[in-house]
This record gives sequence, C-alpha cells and structure tokens, in this order.
Amino acid sequence: MTMLDTRHDQAAEAEASAPATSATTSPAPATSPAPTEAPVLTMAAAINRALADAMAEDDSVLVFGEDVGALGGVFRVTDGLTERFGERRCFDTPLAESGIVGTAIGMAMNGMRPVVEMQFDAFAYPAFEQIVSHAAKMANRTRGAVRLPMVIRIPFGGGIGGVEHHCDSSEAYYAHTPGLTVVAPATPQDAYSLLRAAIRHPDPVVFLEPKKLYWSKAPVDTSIEAEIGRARVVREGTDATLIAYGTSVGVALDAATVAESEGRSIAVVDVRTLTPCDDETLFAAVRATGRAVVVAEAPGFASVASELAARIGEHCFPYLEAPVRRVTGFDTPFAPPKLERHYLPDVDRVLDAIDSLNWED
Amino acid sequence: MISEDLLPRETPVRLVDEHGEAVSDPQYPAPDTGRLVEAYRALVQGRRVNEQCSALVRQGRLAVYPSSHGQEACQVAAALALRDGDWLFPTYRDSVAVIARGVDPAQALVLLRGDWHSGYDPNDFNVAPQATPLATQLLHAVGFAHAAALRGEPTVVLAMCGDGATSEGDFHEALNFAAVFHVPVVFFVQNNEFAISVPLSRQTAAPSLAHKAIGYGMPGERVDGNDVAALLAVLDRAVSRARSGEGPSLIEAHTYRMQAHTNADDDTRYRERDEVQAWISRDPLVRVQAYLRGAGAIDDTAEAGFAADAEVVAQQLREAMNSDPELDPEDLFRYVYASRTPQLENEWAMLRDELSRTEPATEEAR
Repeated sequence: MTMLDTRHDQAAEAEASAPATSATTSPAPATSPAPTEAPVLTMAAAINRALADAMAEDDSVLVFGEDVGALGGVFRVTDGLTERFGERRCFDTPLAESGIVGTAIGMAMNGMRPVVEMQFDAFAYPAFEQIVSHAAKMANRTRGAVRLPMVIRIPFGGGIGGVEHHCDSSEAYYAHTPGLTVVAPATPQDAYSLLRAAIRHPDPVVFLEPKKLYWSKAPVDTSIEAEIGRARVVREGTDATLIAYGTSVGVALDAATVAESEGRSIAVVDVRTLTPCDDETLFAAVRATGRAVVVAEAPGFASVASELAARIGEHCFPYLEAPVRRVTGFDTPFAPPKLERHYLPDVDRVLDAIDSLNWED
Repeated sequence: MISEDLLPRETPVRLVDEHGEAVSDPQYPAPDTGRLVEAYRALVQGRRVNEQCSALVRQGRLAVYPSSHGQEACQVAAALALRDGDWLFPTYRDSVAVIARGVDPAQALVLLRGDWHSGYDPNDFNVAPQATPLATQLLHAVGFAHAAALRGEPTVVLAMCGDGATSEGDFHEALNFAAVFHVPVVFFVQNNEFAISVPLSRQTAAPSLAHKAIGYGMPGERVDGNDVAALLAVLDRAVSRARSGEGPSLIEAHTYRMQAHTNADDDTRYRERDEVQAWISRDPLVRVQAYLRGAGAIDDTAEAGFAADAEVVAQQLREAMNSDPELDPEDLFRYVYASRTPQLENEWAMLRDELSRTEPATEEAR
C-alpha cells in the first residue's frame, strides 16, 4: 500500500519535473481518426498510438500491468486503452511484477500477444527470474515448439529527477540474456514503428522507453515500418562516429553540432536494437571515420557500451586512429536527483572524449 | 464475512483406508470402480517407471532422476482428472504424471538424460515443459488459463508443485492472480514433507498448506495423497468447479517422498529410517489394490496384464536410454531466436570450424 502510494507520488514528481511544455501536452486520444499528414506526437503518445493500432489490428494483443487501466499508466502511455478496448484487453493487475511477466508468458503460450508494463526500471527486478529464466528460454527449452510473442515495456534511464529506484539503466542485464531481443527507441517515430515491430515479433522483446524522452515531440508517420535489428545513421560525418541509444542519442547529436562548430565532422549512429546488435551498420560507420565514442547512461563496467566498444575494437582495429572511448554513467548507483547532472553523460564529457581521439591537429 | 466453505477439512479427505476398506464421505462420492481400475493400472506403470529410472541413474544413463516413488497416486490422479483439451503444468518430479498424461516415456526423460531441456512438444500432449525453478510455472499456468477464459474456451489448467514451492513469492503471486481474475486453474500441491532436506515445519507456520487458500479467496482442500480414490474425487470437483466458471482452488495432498530428493541426496542425514518405514504401510498401490481385490474388480490375470504393460514401458525406457543418440551441436544455435542472429551465425561457423579440425570423422559423417 505504501509502495503503491510512493509510486504514484514519484510519478507525479516525475511529471512535474518534466519540461514545461509537457504539462499542457496530453497524449493524442487513441480514438482520433488517422490524419493525412504525419501528426506531431510526444513519444508517450506515439507509444500509445502503437498500442492502440496493434490492439485494433489483432484481437490477441493484450495490455496489462500496474495502473495501466483507469489511470492510463503513470506516464499516461496506456491512456484511453481500457476505455476503447475494454477491460478484457487492457487491465490493471495486482501489484506484482513477477506475476505480470509470469502470467504474460502463460498467455503467450496460449496464443495471446501480451504487452506488459513494468512501471519503472528498478521495479522490474522482482520479474527478473521470469524474464531471464522463462521468457528468454521457453523457445529454446522446447526446441522452438513454444514461442513467446510478448513485449515487456520498461521505462528506463534518468534525466527526469526521479528519486531512488526510478532511474536505473538496466539494459545490460537483459542484453546479456540469450533469447531476449532488446530495443530502445530514441524518437517518437521509432517508438511507434519499433513497438509495432516488437508486438509482431515472434520472440519476447524487452522494450526500453527512455523516460526523459516521453515528452519529446516529432512527426510520427504510422505507415513507416521498422525492422528490429537495424541501427540508424542519424547524422553523417567524416572525422569520428558517436554511437548511442535512447536518451544518449540526443546528447551525441548535440555534441556533434558543437564539434562541427569547432571544425570536426562527427557522425552519429543510433543503435536502436541492443540485441541483436547491427554490427554491419556500426562497423561501416566506424571504419569510415576511424574514430569512435560510445555514449550511454548506464554504468560503464560490463555494459552495453562496453560490448559495443569491444566489438568495434575486434572488428575495426585496422581502421582505427585511436582507441574506442566510452562515455557512460559512473560505476555508482544512479545518482539522487540533485546530483543527477553530474552523473549523466553530457555534451562536455562527449566533447572531451572526442578531443582525446589522437588528432593530428 | 469469512466464508467457512473456503476452509479445508480438519483432516484430509480419504475414501479408501490403509487396509483397502471404503470410507464413506458425504461430500465426495467414490469414483466408479472402472475408473479406479484404470488408475491402478497407471499406478503400477508409474511405480515401474520410477524403479526403472532410478536404475538408469545408477547405470549412468540418466543424469539425475527425482523419483516420485510413494507419490504415484498424486501423479496418476493429476493426469486422470483432466480432459483431453485441458493442460498440465508439471515440475521436475512429475515425470510419472507427464507419462500418465500421454507423453512418450522416452521423450519425457530427455530432460533428465541431459540431451535437451525439454524433450517433447508441449502442444502435442497439452503438457507444459517440466519446470525446475520452484513455483515459476504456476504463473505460466495462470496466464495460460486466463487466455483460454478470455477466449471463452472450456480449458482447465492443473498446476503442480511441492511443499517447498509454497514458500516462493511466485506461489503467492500465482494464487493471488488466479483468484483476482477468477481463472480456471487447480493448484495441486504434493506435500511430501521435505524440500530436499528441509521439513515442512520450516516452510510454513500455517495449520496446513491448504489453509493458505482462504487468504486468496479460493477454497482449499486437504486430501490423503496416498489414496487415489480420494485424490480423484477431490481433483474432479476442483476441475469441474474451474470448468463451470467458479474459479481456482488449492488442493494439498498429504504424501511422503519415500526416496531421497535425487541420487545426489543422502536422506539419512535429515530423517529417521523409522519414519520412512512407517509410510511403507501407507503405500498408494497396495491400498487401492486391496480395495479393488475386495470389490472383485481385479484378479491375478488382470494384475499380470498390468504388470506386463508396465514392463513394456520400462523396456521402452531402457532401450531409449541405453542408446546414445548423436546430438547435433548446431542445435545450440537453432532455438535461441525465431531467426538466427548474425552473431549466432558467426559463432556457429566458429564451432563448425573447430569441429572440422578436432572431430574430422564426425564432420565427414554429417
């Protein structure tokens, strides 16, 4: 009971600390007719649209979790779904993460396509066993006879001033687990298109939603289809390549813009799918520039950033002018709100890393 | 208001006593004799499977076998209480239930031989893979049943676990979800008194495991786990309750694990021989045998037939387990994702290259 109250308080706090524009922006109602022009949506609204469109298209798609019904989710991502599709398709569960994922596994075994919400990243840990020992392994255990087409949506990362247990970057735990597909969009368009692809996917997908970007806005063309497992070159450049995912893509882009004003041409690649990783796109981008920096919020030790840096080192070594650098969160628990700005990788830290790449000038 | 009918009996339901005498019960009529004969036949087979598998472990043919010797009545009743379209969610100790449900005995043992994690296609038999971590499969069972209920299908799911599993968080979450969503699940706990070496008194302070049900708002019942007639009667009622939309229930069967947890366990370190000996007289096979003999439902000829049938299964198991099927190392990469990732393609290429250098004969034969 107190836990539930705390969560609500934190969600309210999280919303209060969002950029000013978000306070007046509510997600587009799921029932609005499809516009002819690509509508400008927040990422939260884009995810909401993806859920609604998937549910409208396929009766077997179900949405459940904590507070996803009447409240519409603490981030309002599931707003209006119960109203539109009824309580059989979008429903609140008892407050129990293992129960949510465990029952979703059983539902997927029996022909449903559940999309479940873990309210905050660090609250997903009670479900960890169900995710890594069962969701990830069911197809393997049964030699492919039982597949689990299910999506576990997890709001992840910092930048919203959340208090403890509300801002973990837990992607490495999932990316380390064979059998899981791990996706992290960085734009409303990708959030829409990748979630649609994740719901269609035959295997369990951990879908990481960067909390800080829930209120970011961009046009979303619902006819664009995305392929899981494909990275995206966001910005071309010739001198160095920044590799990032989720909220860090924006930091990398900002750093690239500043670097350009200082005379360096920096490419930016958005990884988008952490597993399976699109080595081809990453390696091509790094080989073209000869220098690479990986940017991510999670602690650097044994992280996705480490893995990307190691893969680039192994496969691109002859092309590299400098060791691959990582700019990550510190190897500390996620910072309290008032120290968060010191913890999170920022533009300056990325620029420093770029400067360290053995330039001849 | 606390509903009395959610509480289990003071003593476990029993329909046939230790001497094979019928015990009448106002609530639970005895299953008809034909059904009990069928159950006895399955018990004889189950006992033979347990003995054969234990022998196969000693011969090094199985990596491990958690025997259900002494618990065969629970195993058989779990399988016989379900209809064709229903589903069973078993644990690692429930191989006899899995076989009684129709899974090919050799396929059922693939997990314990170490060839692969589960040896059968669950959809062919409506039997989920045997679960090793405790209580996790109870949640899968609840989700499975919930999906069926949402589609209006008459499926009932029977989920099995042991006394140790009732201490796990997932046990609580599964019962709670099932009751809240009113799903057609029967939770069937085989209380065999020990979780490896730890006795029931260290798992719970509740009056019985069945008493936990009232806390979730579902009925709980205790049943003599060595009385196949009582087990069938109690499970039948729970299954038909679930099928008619009345929601889940919790059944606790009181039984005893006659052998060690597995071959890796030394049960003389945690329980007295006298205690084990005392349970021999409560053997589930002897009890129903005496009852059916007394009723004139079986005779020497019938018994010989049952024994012969069981021997056929044992022989199939021996033949299957004494052969060494050649395992395909590519299987390591085949079933991780629906489509193999580029990384897994590369890793398989690496292993293939290793094999071509270190196991040329195998490679040529391929």
